[in-house]
Amino acid sequence: MGKTYTRPNSMKDVLTHYCPGCGHGMVHRIICEVIDELDVRETTIAVAPVGCAVLAYDYWNFDTTEAAHGRTPAVATGIKRIHPDKLVFTYQGDGDLAAIGTAETIHAGNRGENISIIFVNNGVYGMTGGQMAPTTILGQITATSPYSRRSEKEGFPLKIMEMMAVLPGVTYLERTMLTSPKEVIKTKKAIKRSFKRQLDKKGFSMVEILSPCPTYWGLSPLESIKRIENEVVATYPVGVIKEDK
Amino acid sequence: MGKKKYKLKIDRERCKGCLFCAEACPLKALSISDDVNGRGLKYVVLSSPEKCTKCGLCVVMCPDCAIEIVEEE
Amino acid sequence: MRRSKIKYLSTGNEACGEGALRAGCRFYAGYPITPQNELTAYMSRRMEEENGTFIQAESELAAINMVFGASVAGARAMTSSSSPGISLKQEGISYIAGAELPAVIVNIMRGGPGLGNIAASQSDYFQATKGGGHGDYRSIVLAPATVQEMFDFTYDAFSLADKYRNPVMILADGMLGQMMEPLAFDDNIKPSGIIPKPWALTGAEGREPLSAKSLRLGSGKNSLERHNEWLQEKYKNIERSEIKTELYKTDDAAKIIVAYGSPGRIGRSCVDTMRDDGDAIGLVRLKTLWPFPYAEIRKLAERGCEFLVVEMSAGQMVEDVRLAVQDDNKVSFYGRMGGGIPEEEVIIKKLKNRG
Repeated sequence: MGKTYTRPNSMKDVLTHYCPGCGHGMVHRIICEVIDELDVRETTIAVAPVGCAVLAYDYWNFDTTEAAHGRTPAVATGIKRIHPDKLVFTYQGDGDLAAIGTAETIHAGNRGENISIIFVNNGVYGMTGGQMAPTTILGQITATSPYSRRSEKEGFPLKIMEMMAVLPGVTYLERTMLTSPKEVIKTKKAIKRSFKRQLDKKGFSMVEILSPCPTYWGLSPLESIKRIENEVVATYPVGVIKEDK
Repeated sequence: MGKKKYKLKIDRERCKGCLFCAEACPLKALSISDDVNGRGLKYVVLSSPEKCTKCGLCVVMCPDCAIEIVEEE
Repeated sequence: MRRSKIKYLSTGNEACGEGALRAGCRFYAGYPITPQNELTAYMSRRMEEENGTFIQAESELAAINMVFGASVAGARAMTSSSSPGISLKQEGISYIAGAELPAVIVNIMRGGPGLGNIAASQSDYFQATKGGGHGDYRSIVLAPATVQEMFDFTYDAFSLADKYRNPVMILADGMLGQMMEPLAFDDNIKPSGIIPKPWALTGAEGREPLSAKSLRLGSGKNSLERHNEWLQEKYKNIERSEIKTELYKTDDAAKIIVAYGSPGRIGRSCVDTMRDDGDAIGLVRLKTLWPFPYAEIRKLAERGCEFLVVEMSAGQMVEDVRLAVQDDNKVSFYGRMGGGIPEEEVIIKKLKNRG
């Protein structure tokens, strides 16, 4: 058995624009590894978000479309209804999924659309300069919460996965993080589980991945993953939130 | 019985110097160089190649597909 | 093949839906809003019969984006709404235009602005023809005036949308949507204008992967400027080929009513009444609002005609007529706002009073 490891075939041979230590690079790579392992590159159609990963179609070696901000699950719904046997997944950040796109997220889940949602949660709006996100934790300083996030003025961090869990159409939810090889491997397992469930027509699933944003957390990449372990995970605990048979 | 030999290959142009690999390496075989690549970023080098067991934990952490494990020619 | 003609009494809304289905539309997403609810309900029943997809979406926003998805996947897709809901769809329409996807959007107009009322209106002309959404784009806009045309124009809309990879809007009003008239078509009618869609996302089997986008951050030939230049070229092609107008008794007319949709019907009635009286009146009834028949109207203006533009609005299309005529003394306007219906007597009086 070979011990070689090379860039997955589903990942294009280009340099990405992501910052050093950004979680997007890791999640892109893991998704591409899973697609290679499941041998579904030619039958995958992905929906990219508005956010730092808006250019994901420049990095992925499979059919990808853009979507208007937050409407990603609606676009995915349209695609999946036309191509029910293809692997259709969305890739979204916290603004896309839990702010402007809250209704689309919930209703795609409520309809039980047989799609996979990959939710990269880094607690800020990176692309637009580090503004507060619905998932920004209490006490966190951002471009639009310069006095820190205070519950009485800025509300609480939104736990959308926990909210989605009550919907019978939602069949698998797992939250993971990118803080160590062990956790990254768990993240890959979760994504693979979600994609396999979709191919087995088991319905809607979502994987939330706690991801570092060194640039807008004002930390080094290594400090960022420590912050996830020491602070973020207290608000967003990792693990399986729901898994139907 | 010829055992296959593998080696670590780091693409310095892909590397952004985040150091996730260096942190993950159980034997601390990787560290940041003083040199910069074409994008002005310091990149990681296998500073202690004799320690490397090709366990692949560095590869698991790399956000940029900068590290590969290939067969030694 | 024996033609099996169907003829039955139908509402405009349902005729529109049937026209879509006969054109091969197999994806519909919509949200309830008066006065087009009959169309949404009709699609919920008929789509299932045709093994298509019907989704009552969570909002008009979601619906237009579902249409984006179905269209990018290669299907003929449609959504419908009425004025306030069409406002919500503008972002999606801009994206559809920018990504060059075919889509059919039906607006059964009601009174505005804001929540307005549920009566018929034509106050979305600007929104439909001048953009509505952001950016330099155009939707092809078709203006039916009968229940039969609700079927025919919707049927044609899908071929146009596919041919030009562009959004096509059916701009009707609440009266047309809810009135009942005979509808006739061949039961064996097949979808027309079916062309290959090599750009559709179907999975990268046996080909390079494709991406669909309206975002253009590149430079040179990949720049947004270059993309817009291509879009403008496309729109010029559409202007050259797709204008459709009905000229009713204009050959010897001294005064001409210019109207579309329901006022078009009223205008025709006025022409008939006044011709009986010996007046040389004609009607220009627009079937396409964009592209707009500037040349045809200019030709009539050069002959010395005077124009009375009749709309159910504060006066929106009249601006394009003025642009065509280039002489404000020759163009007058009569309109009713907020759901009012223009009256034949008023139109006739205005035409007689103009000397």
